[in-house]
Parts: sequence; structure tokens; C-alpha cells
Amino acid sequence: MDKSGAGRLQFSLNSTMESVGEVEATADKLAAEAGLDEEERFRLTMAVREAAVNAVLHGNDYDPQKLVTASFENTGKSLVITIADQGEGLDPQSIPDPLAPENLMRGTGRGIFLIRSFMDEVHFRQLHPGTELTLVKHLASPKEKT
Amino acid sequence: MALTIASREVDGVTVLDLSGRITLGEGSVQLREAIRDLIGKGQKMILLNLGDVSYIDSSGLGELVSAFTTSKNQGAALKLLNLTKKVKDVLQLTKLYTVFDIYDDEATAIASYK
Repeated sequence: MDKSGAGRLQFSLNSTMESVGEVEATADKLAAEAGLDEEERFRLTMAVREAAVNAVLHGNDYDPQKLVTASFENTGKSLVITIADQGEGLDPQSIPDPLAPENLMRGTGRGIFLIRSFMDEVHFRQLHPGTELTLVKHLASPKEKT
Repeated sequence: MALTIASREVDGVTVLDLSGRITLGEGSVQLREAIRDLIGKGQKMILLNLGDVSYIDSSGLGELVSAFTTSKNQGAALKLLNLTKKVKDVLQLTKLYTVFDIYDDEATAIASYK
């Protein structure tokens, strides 16, 4: 694990489920320290977990030669989490709508939908090779919290 | 916390009391095997008690859908009991809430199989 920059935490991790757990735990800690309530913490950690699972499973396909990079930052206005893999790349436009009647009973395909539902902003970037997801959760100002 | 599954019989209905997380690598496989085992034994009435399920991810949702479909294809009825708020919210968000028969009360759920 490396720390880079003020308040920004960055990891390079193996493509394992243990890494997913580590990323999820770090996201939960970031959310707790930012003062998010339990429901918002759950939503943020779930989105981050889904992104990490995508990177490990669909991106890197558990390849021990490929790494997952994760960074976590509280900018004061937002929580910004990036998850990057070294896989073949993901076209977000190609993902079927899991709410469509023909997809509703599928066993897979809900991860990106949940990420988009639970975060305020989601950005995809192609890395050649790989995909980077940036997940943003806006923080309420002190005035808004009261 | 990984998923634990305890099985009991109530009026011919197999109730699986699930506790922990239903996620990729933690609970999905256990749940799949438990359902397959019951279906293999010819059980037609299965009630999943999710009251102590603290967390479910997209893989866990997929496993619930697969369990429902597998059961239905084998002539069995799989129903859900005692959803926590988190699980209920995720099921509603993904429009799966209307797919399952869901109950808040065990006696009512058991009676629904008659």
C-alpha cells in the first residue's frame, strides 16, 4: 500500500477476492471518517465493492500478472475513488439494461447499474490496456447536514 | 462475516435461516449448493429467511434470481422472508422485489404454501 499526496491513499493490489475485501474496507473507513450516515456508507461501499469485483473478475480475470489500482481521496467536497484494472477494456455502452424485462431474470449484469445508482458521478476511462472507473460521492456542506 | 445457513422444517416447508453476507466469494456458492441440495432431494417448498443477512451484492442478487428460477423449473416454490432494509432497498432498486413472493411474518409465509 502506498500513500501519495495529501489525504490521497493509493493501493496496487493483486487480482484476488482478498483485494476486493481490502478495497471495500478502505472505502467504508473513508466514508465513516467523512461522516456519512449508515445508509450512505452502505451505498458507497457497495458501489466500490462492485467496481473492485469488476476489476478483479471481469477486467483482470484473476490474472496474477495483472494488478488492480485503487485510490481514495476526500477532497472536502467529495469522496473520490478510482479503481483501475489491466484487462481488455470495458465499453459501458455495451452493458445491457438489467431492468429491461428480457434481462430482469438474468443472474449477472447488475454491478454497473448499482454503481451508477449509488454514486453521484461515475466516469469510465480506457487505459489501453484496462479500464479506470472514477466514483464520486458529493459531501453535504455543514449547513446542508443540519 | 461469511454466510451461515441453518435448515429447519416447518409444516413441510424447509426454512433456510441465512446469516451474514451473500456476496461473490463469501455466500453465493453456499446458497447455490444449499438450494441445489434441497431441489435434488425433491423439496418443493423452500423459504429463505434473510432476517440476518446484513449485505448482498450483485452476485448475491444473481444467486437469488438463479435459486428462484431453478426452483420454479423444478416445480418448487422459493419464497423470501424478513428482508432487512438494505436487502429490500437493493431488490426494489433492481426491480426484483416484485419477482419474489416476500413475507414479513413466518407464519403467514408458511401458510402461503398451503
